[in-house]
Amino acid sequence: MARAWVFGDDLDTDQIVPGRYAPFMVGQDKFHTYAFCDARPGFAKEVRPGDVLVGGENFGCGSSREYAVAALKKHGIGGIVAKSFARIFFRNCINLGIPVLESVEALAVVHDGDEVTLDLGAGLLRGLAGNARLRPLAPFAQEILAAGGVVAYLREHGDFPPVT
Amino acid sequence: MPKTLAEKILSRVASRDAKAGDLVIAPVSRVMVHDSVIDAVIAGLRDLGKERVWDTTKVAVFVDHAAPAPTPVVADSHRVLREWVRTQGIATFYDAGEGVCHQIMVEEGYCEPGTVIVGSDSHSNSYGAVGAFGAGMGATDVAVALALGRTWLRVPESIKVTFTGRPRKGVTMKDAIMRVVREIGTDGARYACVEFHGAGSLPQGDRITLAGMTTEMGAKAGIVVATPEAPDWLFPDRSATYAKEVTVDLSTLEPQIAVPPRVDQVVDVSAAVGQPVDVVFLGSCTNGRLVDMRQAAAVLRGRRISPQVRLEVVPSSRRQFEDAMADGTLLALSAAGAVIGSSGCGPCLGRTGGVLAGQEICLSTANRNYRGRMGSPDASIFIGSPYVAAVAALTGVIDDPRPYLEATDDEFDELVARRRSERAGRGAASVRSGDRARELMVSAARVGVAAEIDD
Repeated sequence: MARAWVFGDDLDTDQIVPGRYAPFMVGQDKFHTYAFCDARPGFAKEVRPGDVLVGGENFGCGSSREYAVAALKKHGIGGIVAKSFARIFFRNCINLGIPVLESVEALAVVHDGDEVTLDLGAGLLRGLAGNARLRPLAPFAQEILAAGGVVAYLREHGDFPPVT
Repeated sequence: MPKTLAEKILSRVASRDAKAGDLVIAPVSRVMVHDSVIDAVIAGLRDLGKERVWDTTKVAVFVDHAAPAPTPVVADSHRVLREWVRTQGIATFYDAGEGVCHQIMVEEGYCEPGTVIVGSDSHSNSYGAVGAFGAGMGATDVAVALALGRTWLRVPESIKVTFTGRPRKGVTMKDAIMRVVREIGTDGARYACVEFHGAGSLPQGDRITLAGMTTEMGAKAGIVVATPEAPDWLFPDRSATYAKEVTVDLSTLEPQIAVPPRVDQVVDVSAAVGQPVDVVFLGSCTNGRLVDMRQAAAVLRGRRISPQVRLEVVPSSRRQFEDAMADGTLLALSAAGAVIGSSGCGPCLGRTGGVLAGQEICLSTANRNYRGRMGSPDASIFIGSPYVAAVAALTGVIDDPRPYLEATDDEFDELVARRRSERAGRGAASVRSGDRARELMVSAARVGVAAEIDD
């Protein structure tokens, strides 16, 4: 079981890792310890591998900083479920191998701190109060995620997945 | 089938009939990389097993996000970047102080209209100022583009924004784009391309302001239609399909203010009059050009800013810096009490220059006012035009700049005195250093070239 961390609409990348704690400001080994340091103090200490972030509209808006996603990756985030995602953040998550799934129902059935299970096979986020259906990802994105990210995919196949 | 500008560009570069929703693999005409992400980009290339970029002549590298280096860690990162540039053999390299990547990419002609450009910065949408499909991406996407010379894109739907009329004196295209953000919201253009009509004949700088701020609506790209740079084929078909259409009448537009902590929380300036500020920042890829500095100088020339306010001016490139030096604009701003920073991103993202303390209130001409953007998470950032910034520096509060631009000298002084007297005690009054010789130079500049090209 994993814990759900619930956020609202328009969670921007400055909330995930503020620019002043960029890897090149504080070092590659430290930046992830500042994850949500302003928005959710204590997150970096309490989060456990496999935990799921749940959000509203436009999750991850703002700067293109991939280190916001890299910080979540370092903490072993199992997936992010939101009503919608900002486009660069969405790409970054696929590229680094974090499942990002749209769901209009998740906020209604999951509360912060709940135990949840992200069931990608069934396309469900299972919570205490019920299940939220997840919108299926495009096959192109699924293939990259299955490989563990775009770098791993390209190393294996030498080119992008087919786009048809 | 009739096509939007985005559909035309992506069909052409991908050599297929592409429509909104299709996935395409697009060759890129250039890749832009900056200092903030270089470590991750180099690591990405290494992880991909690629030692060399696909084409050294099509890569542009910039040191602008934290420049000159504010800390030893950043300095080390810049050193690694320079070594990488040298060993790769990349000639298009702009080191600290040359300016903001987007300004240089457009003004030095690195953005080929009608092509796809991938940039490591979210405001790479700026390249739509000259008709290029500029898309901001994360470090790994950039590394992939550097390795393959290609990227994948979902062909975006388009939102048509049409400007009509001419803005009144004291109202700028910054106000126009903030009015659009107010209308569309921070996610209203998510995954979409914002297509600007009625803006093609504007000065290039205004077009950068428009295209760059489409990022603040979540857009994948923002492209200005019918610019002087565009080739003949680069126009949207008349009956193209749009997800949404917005029209802004510039002739009735008021100066606009974005209220923290959201860039789409935008009000007419009248709703923000009297809001005290401690710091004013004039700069960034959005508003750091000569014309922006001249607008501020039109208000500040021969005057002193409020002694309790700090004004920081950061030209967006060396070209803009030197033009503003040559015509006396920077002298006028310095004499008014401004701190002039070296060209670059400056304090826009809270890494160098004057970062904000908790409880401090800033009026910025940049593009973002998220919590913590310019320093302390407990600071507040209002966003406005260069005219609004100049008046805020002068009075210590947000005010409508238009009366100041129309006032006689006596009326002007009265306006300033009234606003200053209304401002609650904040900060401490600073003495300005400088002697009478400086005053004489200011009056010289006042009657010189700059005075004739106000506005």
